[in-house]
Amino acid sequence: MNVLAPNRTVGQDPMVPRSFVIERVRKELSDTYTMDLVPRDGLPFRFEPGQFNMLYVFGVGEVPISISGDSKVTAGISHTTRSVGKVSAALNALQPGDVVGVRGPYGAPWPVADVHGMDVVFVAGGVGLAPLRPAIYWVLAHRAEFGNVAIFYGARTPEDILFRREVQQWRGRFDMTVHVTVDRATGAWSGKVGVVTQLIKGGGFDRHNAVALVCGPEVMMRYAAEALGERGMPKQNIHVSMERNMKCAVGFCGHCQWGANFVCKDGPVFSYDRAEPLLSIWEL
Amino acid sequence: MGGIAPMAENPPAIVMDGAGLQSLLEALADRGYQVIGPQVADGAIVYQSLAAASDLPAGWIEQQDGGHYRLVESGDARRFAHVVGPHTWKRFLYPSLQRLWSATRQGQGFEISTEGEQPKYAFIGVRACELRAIGIHDKVFIDSGFTDAGYAERRRRNFLVAVNCARAGDTCFCASMGSGPDVGDGYDLALTEIGDADDPSYLVEAGSDAGADLQRMLPGRPAGADDLSAAADAVAAAARSMGREMVADAGPLLKRHLEHRQWDAVAERCLNCTNCTMVCPTCFCSTVEDVTDLSGMETERIRKWDSCFTLDFSYIHGGAVRREGGSRYRQWMTHKLAYWWDQFGESGCVGCGRCITWCPVGIDITEEARAIAASETAGQGED
Ligand SMILES: Cc1cc2nc3c(=O)[nH]c(=O)nc-3n(C[C@H](O)[C@H](O)[C@H](O)COP(=O)(O)OP(=O)(O)OC[C@H]3O[C@@H](n4cnc5c(N)ncnc54)[C@H](O)[C@@H]3O)c2cc1C
Ligand code: SF4
Ligand code: SF4
Ligand code: FES
Repeated sequence: MNVLAPNRTVGQDPMVPRSFVIERVRKELSDTYTMDLVPRDGLPFRFEPGQFNMLYVFGVGEVPISISGDSKVTAGISHTTRSVGKVSAALNALQPGDVVGVRGPYGAPWPVADVHGMDVVFVAGGVGLAPLRPAIYWVLAHRAEFGNVAIFYGARTPEDILFRREVQQWRGRFDMTVHVTVDRATGAWSGKVGVVTQLIKGGGFDRHNAVALVCGPEVMMRYAAEALGERGMPKQNIHVSMERNMKCAVGFCGHCQWGANFVCKDGPVFSYDRAEPLLSIWEL
Repeated sequence: MGGIAPMAENPPAIVMDGAGLQSLLEALADRGYQVIGPQVADGAIVYQSLAAASDLPAGWIEQQDGGHYRLVESGDARRFAHVVGPHTWKRFLYPSLQRLWSATRQGQGFEISTEGEQPKYAFIGVRACELRAIGIHDKVFIDSGFTDAGYAERRRRNFLVAVNCARAGDTCFCASMGSGPDVGDGYDLALTEIGDADDPSYLVEAGSDAGADLQRMLPGRPAGADDLSAAADAVAAAARSMGREMVADAGPLLKRHLEHRQWDAVAERCLNCTNCTMVCPTCFCSTVEDVTDLSGMETERIRKWDSCFTLDFSYIHGGAVRREGGSRYRQWMTHKLAYWWDQFGESGCVGCGRCITWCPVGIDITEEARAIAASETAGQGED
């Protein structure tokens, strides 16, 4: 797996960001926005689904945010961010024309390029759909190379369903299945209520020949991986995306240490046979 | 650092007297180096600018123990009979505060500017464990996929004068870590203090082209077989007199006991003061801060040393991952002794003993490892 940034120029300091201009800001949810960014230097930006960038807001700080757009597009990038604190809120307050610093792309991608011929199961919780979206685009762009494709998506309430229009479009396709559940029904919701693990129990994939890409809160990923395991999927075919505090993304700051791994370089995507033993240890 | 040339191409070792050290400092200053070396200040031996060889801590050694450090007179004139103090060379190569870059607001955007020229340091008196620690940081900052430009440049311009330890400290355990007291390689020049303790001489060996170049400037006589054996004997004596010892195979041992009551036991004593990580020559963790002027037009990104002993260190939205003191001590100790091997192919602890000496409550990494090993022998300890 190539974990090195493909467009890092030799000799350039990896701690110095490139400037990107915000082209468009889309409000997704009450606290979540997607921004489209274009590089000021006009050079292409290449990444693989599952990789992330360090986004810098002038004078405020820098945070790791996954790339949520299409990896076939190299003229710009998209990021979908939920406001949870200082930097994410400052990022979401920016307007078109404002400039952000971008370092990346970093990290090990989802293994979409290595799983031809297999069924692909996406399991997402909340804004965890954003880091999965580039992988979904990739699989749909190479649809003929895969078996069944299923998305299991859980959100807190119907109002928290991310990329709602796109999810509806995917749902309307004949070559994939999309199941959505909410923790709590509100308004006119007539769909499923319950946790995403419930959906996994419904199956819809060949357990001997499927790969699962799982992204969401850590507990949700553990339950999802267990449910997939119970359905007979081998742990090495289940992949999760880990979150740890990150101050550098290049192995310098130590903040993301997780056992023998730097989550920034060895992850954030880990196969569950590697992740499970670490997840089971208290406060590792 | 001039790269390591095979010894055959280097000039044969020489022996110089104490005055030769002054010639060494002058030759380095002539070549534009900022010379840093050990000196007595505020009751400890610290690393700072070394104006003259007479500022070296001649006649001083330390008493060290868990939570204890005191300078005492050695009763002789040896300049390098002391061992290691609270400072490490990382304070120059990887300073506790570094400006990564600064930026100026321009309209809706900003322009970034980076640091100018890096300092050109010559270090005097780098011990075996410290040389190993510098090599470890080279791996972290230069050779692990990404290169820290500032660090790499400081190292490229760096000149290292190593010193073989002829005496081990009370908290030293480099021999059991395989990282000393013999300096091995990776230096430009290596010194060994030999001969009359009241008027010591210095065996000088070159380890690089830059070192060989400099050695030719130094006064001295060719080293004889007796000088070389005196130096070897001194180092062997230091190896025999280590104040501490690390249990064998500590890495695999700790990995077998990630859930162990010793982690809680150490947490009861540990103050989470971060001293151990600040004095450790290999600890490299850092955080970043943004400092903006009042106008909001200028900002700087500052990188500062950080420590895995703080609660904030592992903070992610919702709370810190390592809330308990025990999990933080375990993170530190398992990283040093176990996971470092997986990440970098070597130990992250070089056995310098600083974390033992400078821990206010005297927590001893060798004792903590021994306690876990002992519980294994006794067949107990798991929660
Ligand atoms: C690989 C990776 C990919 C991510 N992708 C996304 C994404 O696509 N969209 C999104 O909304 N969020 C994503 N996150 C989470 C996002 O980085 C945090 O929400 C963000 O760092 C919070 O910063 P803050 O200053 O707003 O919050 P505060 O609560 O003020 O946090 C203070 C500091 O703690 C650290 N921190 C807090 N929470 C996290 C966290 N969850 N992960 C890492 N560091 C944290 C940051 O250094 C932050 O500056 C991702 C995290 C990682 C590690
Ligand atoms: S862990 Fe302690 S003994 Fe080991 S290198 Fe660090 S300070 Fe020295
Ligand atoms: S082990 Fe000692 S020096 Fe380290 S944080 Fe705990 S009390 Fe401080
Ligand atoms: S984020 Fe700094 S080492 Fe991984």
